[in-house]
Amino acid sequence: MTTIEFKNVNFGYSEDHIVLHDVNLVMDKPGLYCILGPNGVGKSTIVKCINKINEPLSGDVFLDGVNLKDMELKDISKKVTFVPAHQTDAFSMSVIDTILIGRYNKSKWGSQKQDLKRVYETMKLLHIEDLTYRKYNELSAGQHQKVTIARGLVQDTPVLILDEPTANLDVQYQVYITEMLRAIAEKRNMIILMISHDLNITSKYAHYVIMLARPGVIFATGKPEEIMNTDNIEKVYSIKSRIIPDQVCSEKTGTCLEVAHVILDEAIMNKDTY
Amino acid sequence: MGQYFDNVNDDPLVSNDVNTSIVAWDQGISDEDEMFTQTVHEYSRLRKMKYVFVAACLIFIIAAISVSVTIGSYDIGFLKVYELIWAHITDTVAEEDATADYVVWQLRLPRIITAIFGGAALAVAGAVMQSALKNPLADSYTTGVASGAGFGAVVAMTFGIVFGSMSSVVIFAFLFALIPIGIIIAISRFTNSSPTTMIMAGMGTMYIFNAMTTVIMLYADPQALKTMYAWQVGSLGLSDWSYVPMIVLVSTVGVVISCLMGGKLNVLATGDESAKALGINADRLRVFLLLLTGILAAGIVSFIGLVGFVGLVAPHICRMFIGADNKFLLPASAIFGSVLMLLADQIGMVLLATPLPVGVVMAFFGGPLFIWLILRRSSKAW
Repeated sequence: MTTIEFKNVNFGYSEDHIVLHDVNLVMDKPGLYCILGPNGVGKSTIVKCINKINEPLSGDVFLDGVNLKDMELKDISKKVTFVPAHQTDAFSMSVIDTILIGRYNKSKWGSQKQDLKRVYETMKLLHIEDLTYRKYNELSAGQHQKVTIARGLVQDTPVLILDEPTANLDVQYQVYITEMLRAIAEKRNMIILMISHDLNITSKYAHYVIMLARPGVIFATGKPEEIMNTDNIEKVYSIKSRIIPDQVCSEKTGTCLEVAHVILDEAIMNKDTY
Repeated sequence: MGQYFDNVNDDPLVSNDVNTSIVAWDQGISDEDEMFTQTVHEYSRLRKMKYVFVAACLIFIIAAISVSVTIGSYDIGFLKVYELIWAHITDTVAEEDATADYVVWQLRLPRIITAIFGGAALAVAGAVMQSALKNPLADSYTTGVASGAGFGAVVAMTFGIVFGSMSSVVIFAFLFALIPIGIIIAISRFTNSSPTTMIMAGMGTMYIFNAMTTVIMLYADPQALKTMYAWQVGSLGLSDWSYVPMIVLVSTVGVVISCLMGGKLNVLATGDESAKALGINADRLRVFLLLLTGILAAGIVSFIGLVGFVGLVAPHICRMFIGADNKFLLPASAIFGSVLMLLADQIGMVLLATPLPVGVVMAFFGGPLFIWLILRRSSKAW
C-alpha cells in the first residue's frame, strides 16, 4: 500500500500570503480520510500538494517515501488520482468519453474494449449508465459530480483524492458515495482522501479525520471518536454542538460499531471567527 | 488483502447493497455481459458515424477539386481540362492549347492547392486554440496573430522592403504575426497561464496592432491603400507555384502535429488541475500548442491575407456534427476547413463579374450558415 507524508510543509501564493503553516501529516494506513475545516482554511490547498498541483514554499511531501520534488507529474499520476470540485467544461464530450479520459494513463493501442469495460462498470456503480451518451454540460451539478467521481475511479490508483465530492449530491447519494468510498478503501487497501463539510457523515463513515483550523494549520488528526467532540468542533467551526453516541450493528454477524451523531446548535458569530 | 481491516466484508456501516455493488465493481463484469456488449456496439456505431462524417468531407472535397479545375472566367471544356492536365504531365501540350494550359496549371491549380492547405491549417489552428484556451471565440483574430500579420504586411507595402526572392510582404506578415504569440506567452510566464489571461493578452495586442495599421493606412497613397485593403480581406488571387511548397509544408507539418495532440488536448480540456493530476503539465502544453498554432496560422495568413473566419466556424460546425472529442475534431476540422475555403473561393469567382475575395465570400455565406446552425441546434454542444 502507498503512504503519504507531509514534513514541515508551508504553502502560499507568495511570502506574504501563507495559506498552510508547518503542516506535518502521516497517512500510512489505508482508509477513508476526511478533511474538515471552515472555508478558506486550506483544505483544497493541502490535497493539491499531494499531486504537485501546488508546490510548497518550504518543506517536503513524500509519496511512498519518495520526495515529490524528485517525481514527474506522470509518475505521480500513476499513484494518485485527483477528482476536482464541481466544474463545467467549455466544450463537453459525451459522458462515456469524459469518463474514458480517466483511462488516459492506462489505455494503449487495442485496450479500448478493456477501458470501456472499466468505464461501464464504474458508471453502473454510480448508477449513471443511463447518461452514457448525454453531453456532459447538459447534466445537472449532481450528475456532473457523479461523472467526475467515475472519472476518478476508473484510474484505479492506490490513492484517490476528492475535493468535496458530495457537495452537489442529494442526501441519498451523499450517504451512498461516502459509504461506497469507505468500502472501497477497505477492500482495496487504498488511501481515499475527501474534503467534506458534513460533520455527521464524516463522523460516521470516516476511518480518520483531519481537522484544519485558521489560519491554515492542522488542528487535530485521529479517528472520529477521538477528535470529533464538542470542544474541537467549537474551536474549529465556532459552532455549539452536541454529540449523541449511537451503535450500528451488522445484520449478518451482529458485530457493532460505535458511531456518533452531531447536532449543530448555534453559530457563534464574533469578528474573530469570520 | 484485508490485513488492515479485520471486517472487510462485514463492516456494519456498509450496507449489503453497497457491498454487493462494490464487489461487482471490484471483480468486474464478464466480457460477454449483455448490457456491456450493447454499450460497446452503440459506442462503435457513434464512432463510425464520426468516421463517416470525415469520409464524406473527403469525398466532397475530391469532387469539389475535380469541378474547381474546370471553373473560371477563361472557358475550357470540362473534359478538356483533364486532357490538358494529362498532356501537361506527359509533356505533350499542343501549341494552340498553351493559353488554356497556362490557365489550368499556373492559375487554377496553385489556387486550389492553396485553398485546400490554407483552409485546413487555419481551421485546425482555430480548433486547437479554442480547445487549449477553453474559449469558443479563440482563433487567429482573438489571439492577435491576424492583426500582427496585417500590420507586418502594411509595413512592407508602405516601405517597399525587399528581401531576396520571397515577397517582403510574406516575410513581414509572418514575423509580425509571431509577436502577439510571443507577448501572450511572455505574459503568461510572468503572471499565470490561465486561458483567460492569455486570450485577454491576445485581444490587447490585437487592438494595438490594429491601431498602428490604421495609422499607416491613413497616410498611405490611394494605390497602396487598395492593395492593403485587398490583402486584409484575404485573397487567393495571388497564389502561384512559388508559394505552394511553403504553404503545403507549413500546413502539413502543423496539421499533423496538431492532430497527434488530440488525446492530450482532451485531457487539457478537463481543466488544468485534472490534467496535471493525469500527468500532463497543463501550462507547458498550452504554451506549446499556442506556439504551434501561432506559427501555423501566421504561416498561412502571411501568404493569403487575413482569411480568419474559417478558423472560427469550421471547428464549431464540426463540433455540431461529431462532438468535441479532439481526436476526431482536429482531422475533421482540417478537411472541413479545406472544403469551406475552396467553396468560398470558387463561389467568389463565379458569382459576380468581378471576382470577390475569398474572405468576403466566407463571411457572406459562412456567417448566416453559422448563425442558422446555432439556432437549429436544440442541445448545447458547448
